[in-house]
Amino acid sequence: MSPRPSRPTGKLDLDPATVKHARSLARKAGRPIVTMAKKHTTVAVERATLRLAGLGGADDEGTPWVNRLMDTVRADLHDVGGLEHGVSLPVWDALLRHEAEDLTTLAQKAAAGSVTFRLPEGKDAARARAASRRQVARGLKTVDRRRAERDRLIKRHGDAPRQPWIYLIVATGDIYEDIPQAQQAAREGADVIAVIRSTGQSLLDFVPEGATREGYAGTYATQENFRLMRAALDESSKELGRYVRLTNYASGLCMPEIAALAGLERLDMMLNDSMYGILFRDINPIRTFVDQRFSRQVHARAGIIINTGEDNYLTTADAIEAAHTVTTSQLLNEYFAKEAGLEDWQLGLGHAFEIDPAVPDSFRLELAHALLAREVFPNAPLKWMPPTRHMTGDVFKGNLLDGFFNLAGALTGQGILLVGMMTEAVVTPWISDRDIALQNVRYVMEAAGRLHEDFHPAPGGVIHQRARQVLGESIELLDRIVDEGLLEAIADGTFGLMKRPADAGRGLDGVAAKSSVYYNPATEILDAQEVL
Amino acid sequence: MSEPTSDPLKDPMKVVMPYGDTTGDGMVQLSFTLPMPHSKIAEGSAQQLANKMGMDPALVVHAKPMGPDFTFFVVYGRVNHVVDPSVVQVVERDYPLLTPKEVNAAVKRSLRRRLTVVGACIGTDAHTVGIDAILNIKGFAGEKGLEYYRELKVVNLGAQVSVPQLVERARAEKADAVLVSQVVTQRDAHLLNTREMSAAFRESYPAGRRPLLIVGGPRFDETMADELGVDRVFGRGTTPGEVASFITHRLAGAKVAS
Repeated sequence: MSPRPSRPTGKLDLDPATVKHARSLARKAGRPIVTMAKKHTTVAVERATLRLAGLGGADDEGTPWVNRLMDTVRADLHDVGGLEHGVSLPVWDALLRHEAEDLTTLAQKAAAGSVTFRLPEGKDAARARAASRRQVARGLKTVDRRRAERDRLIKRHGDAPRQPWIYLIVATGDIYEDIPQAQQAAREGADVIAVIRSTGQSLLDFVPEGATREGYAGTYATQENFRLMRAALDESSKELGRYVRLTNYASGLCMPEIAALAGLERLDMMLNDSMYGILFRDINPIRTFVDQRFSRQVHARAGIIINTGEDNYLTTADAIEAAHTVTTSQLLNEYFAKEAGLEDWQLGLGHAFEIDPAVPDSFRLELAHALLAREVFPNAPLKWMPPTRHMTGDVFKGNLLDGFFNLAGALTGQGILLVGMMTEAVVTPWISDRDIALQNVRYVMEAAGRLHEDFHPAPGGVIHQRARQVLGESIELLDRIVDEGLLEAIADGTFGLMKRPADAGRGLDGVAAKSSVYYNPATEILDAQEVL
Repeated sequence: MSEPTSDPLKDPMKVVMPYGDTTGDGMVQLSFTLPMPHSKIAEGSAQQLANKMGMDPALVVHAKPMGPDFTFFVVYGRVNHVVDPSVVQVVERDYPLLTPKEVNAAVKRSLRRRLTVVGACIGTDAHTVGIDAILNIKGFAGEKGLEYYRELKVVNLGAQVSVPQLVERARAEKADAVLVSQVVTQRDAHLLNTREMSAAFRESYPAGRRPLLIVGGPRFDETMADELGVDRVFGRGTTPGEVASFITHRLAGAKVAS
């Protein structure tokens, strides 16, 4: 995103020292997690490394070769530690021993049991390190090329004409049905298309392969689906004279692999929250934080904008009582993102319009919350999420509520606006629902898109007071988290009311503390932000 | 499906028809999309569709092209159908609605221990909104959730719980009632999952010993309990108090001292 023109700033008169204090607490809370993440690896990080080295495809049963290879290596090295050394040393050692001519053949042989892996030492280890580094670097160079290609296409076709960017979802389950729907949505004004994933993909410990035509409430994220949709939107970008962005989800048990595939196929935005998987999918906290760091490093390098998931807290907890948990999580997400190399323009920090419309002054409170996010993170694009919790099936009321949501977005300078559907909670959006929703957005943007120039909440008024109160509460919460430790806070239900201890949850089996000889060329290059 | 044989207005107490602004005017509104470009023919087609649905006269009040291939219509008109409420079948509440205090008293009196409720979203469904609205203390529609009830022990397993996991936990917790929420309905997932769940409970418990099985979600038909093998189906808008009252009615005899 290019540097934005005059943004409304300083409307809340927040004390810069208070904001700075909040940031430093987030840093204190997050730092031990980063230290822990650096000391561990996961099966998904190792498989992502294999994908960057060019290993794709799957066996007859649909199990990806990266999984077959990873599992065999881990089993063969079981007696000397298994996962803890990483996959690279044993795999490239086998290639150097001429067990197979390439990775795919090696994976096939591994699956058939006709190759045995070992942990190389001395000169053998040095050679395996160098060979793996050469091959993985090629994948990262492709990611770099994809990023340059995006810059070039934006220059050629032009960027989205205004902010906020209009973000629309397609979710048919069938990639070949998604494509015309996405192209039609782009024609109708969408700047960003998100393909919702099939329900439950986050809990698969593998990435499905190929073009897929069946999914539940969404379409599987696969490399081929990414490629097909990006190519279709490239056509649309050309037709419409503006670059249309593509979004998917780097979350769940395969977060690092999906991030790598997104980088390789030039996706533009990825949903990527530091704690969502822990809280809402019961994925092990260590697994999540390790996977998270790797995936964010890849996103940073790929020039991908991340969208964080704070809106989810408000779907399970009350949007007024839990407002400060959103700010707290945004601060933590910002710290983890920057530590991984992401820049301000890549931080689509999330929040949502979820206050019960029956509460008096609900719109003023929404404005206070939205403006607080805007002013605490002045250079981040911010992802503004529409009402879902209080959408009831009364589509007429829903359309009105979405209008107020759009107005709040316009008044508070949100960067990415997810278009709300009046049929939320009724059906997956129909073509007419989308049309009505876009009409709603267009009307508000044309009628009030620059109203923020005249919008100055009264000093000491309801909006000022509320924003200060939420910031204050988030500082209190961060104080407690720093005292207690973030993992402990997650364990005792601080966020979204869910209790998630560090020694439980899905995917724990795929985590290992790195050994002294651990090597991973991808993390080496990403950590150093090496130019290749 | 019998057509009215006489003028419905002659017996206005027996049948109903929609109300616009005058009794018996039968006025309804309807919106839909046709996969054709906007044209006079498209508008005529929309009108004919409305006619076939029983709207006569049908007035196409709004027609809007959506891209080159689709047109959206809003139609107002009079329907010639009437409904006789006396023959409409629904599941009426057949248990008394209790306050949390009354639920607690009834459980204490008849079980002499806390009543255990295990809840989950099963299958790949990740939408915990429904189960949380019923179970979380926060509740729904101004009523506190089951966690608020002192004599109910609530174990909320959350989202994407497999059926075997659910059965195992229900056994481990000695569940008196099992609550399952299903929001995703694509390809009838909610029905398939519910049948799988009830079958699993039938298999792993001796007859007559299994916990009370309750399923809920916005797209369920409340009359389908028997067919799905569960004790009760709750549809859209069900409140925690209704669920707590039903459980109490079935398991704790719900004789309420007034």
